[in-house]
Amino acid sequence: MWRWLHPYAKPEATYHLLQKLLPWFVALTLVTLVTGVIWGLAFAPGDYQQGDSYRIIFLHVPSAIFSMGAYMGMAIMGAIALIWQIKTAEWSIPAIAPVGAALTVVALLTGAIWGKPMWGTWWVWDARLTSELILLFLYVGVMALYFAFDDARTGAKAAAILSLVGVINLPIIHFSVEWWNTLHQGATITKFERPSIATSMLIPLLICLAGFAFLTVSLVMMRLKNEILRHELHRPWAQQRLEQD
Amino acid sequence: MSQLSSRQIWVTLLKRDLRIAARRRSDALNPLLFLLMVVTLFPLGIGPGPDILARIAPGIIWVAALLASLLGLERLFRDDFQDGTLEQLCLLPQPLAFTVTAKMAVHWLLSGLPLVILSPVLALLLSLPLQGWWALALTLLLGTPALSALGAIGAALTLQVQRGSSLVSLILIPLFIPLLIFATAAVENASMGLAVHGQLAILAAISVLTVTLAPLAVAAGIRMSVN
Repeated sequence: MWRWLHPYAKPEATYHLLQKLLPWFVALTLVTLVTGVIWGLAFAPGDYQQGDSYRIIFLHVPSAIFSMGAYMGMAIMGAIALIWQIKTAEWSIPAIAPVGAALTVVALLTGAIWGKPMWGTWWVWDARLTSELILLFLYVGVMALYFAFDDARTGAKAAAILSLVGVINLPIIHFSVEWWNTLHQGATITKFERPSIATSMLIPLLICLAGFAFLTVSLVMMRLKNEILRHELHRPWAQQRLEQD
Repeated sequence: MSQLSSRQIWVTLLKRDLRIAARRRSDALNPLLFLLMVVTLFPLGIGPGPDILARIAPGIIWVAALLASLLGLERLFRDDFQDGTLEQLCLLPQPLAFTVTAKMAVHWLLSGLPLVILSPVLALLLSLPLQGWWALALTLLLGTPALSALGAIGAALTLQVQRGSSLVSLILIPLFIPLLIFATAAVENASMGLAVHGQLAILAAISVLTVTLAPLAVAAGIRMSVN
């Protein structure tokens, strides 16, 4: 496996790989997201209790799941950056963090919009809402730490350590907040049993999940490409690449 | 010079830091005074009714303790970083993750332990019922080691940052949240005469976990800055 992976420690090789893969991921994003959202918003049956207002689930659940997934990815990249000192892994931290933070904000906003008609309030101090808000704070901390240093490599290492500390803390925060107060409904699909959601709603939701996954990956790839170019501007290949475009 | 054992080095470091702190007493005293003043502000802002004060006392005291613990953090490694002592620590045959525990211990002795001693006064000021007293002291005793350990991570990561104190608060406050939740729940339960063993056990578990794992992150942060 290492023979396949080690060329990508070189930023130029990673850049070309990203260049090759990005169109595919963008195409997949468009197909799945458009299908999933249209199916979910227009064709899936309404809920017997919540009527049409439940349809925001098709944006809320995927963004919430991948706000956490992006943090996980960022922490894994942080570990790679700390252990093997791979520069592209360091640069992927500022590539992932804003995307993850944006997903967290989307999850919080859609949650507030969903909460207003259902619970009668924009915000409650409920376990899941609170831990999502704390996740946003963690993202903000990682980003602030990354950009606080004069030397970019030190900043990347500090942010990598912080994201690892955060990953150990996230489950503790999650369970402490859960124990503290809960109003949010329990997990519907991310549990180890049969999903408690009708198949006619589950299929568009799964397509939306795939769409958000591809969207997250595509956005991160775009940002990582820019990061690589920004850091490698002084190298001939990067200048050539810029002149071609 | 003969080789010192790990324990000798640890005790030497502890004594050295304590001596430095003893020569600069205001550094250790200021956070405590800050805490006392924050606690004084709440009755003035909310009203002196003993009912409401007793109800919110655990939250106020713990939030004030969290904020006060952020105050002294900048000085935890900063002076040693500037005069080169940290580099010497990195060069010791003992792992850096081991030697920094001495500094964390000093930080706890100067910021955590005084809180435990001060807790009866704080409880008195906020008219916390008698059953709440000992629970508050116990949560502070069990929880503050985690504050020192997590705080050391923040201090180590921001060593090279100019004016890093606001950044330290930004990255540490989310990590402090579990402590706040379990500690205040324990004191509330105790005031109502309910069992508190569960929350105290979890607080102790969090402290053990952070005190054992945090030195690794602290050492990584210091090495990153010293290079």
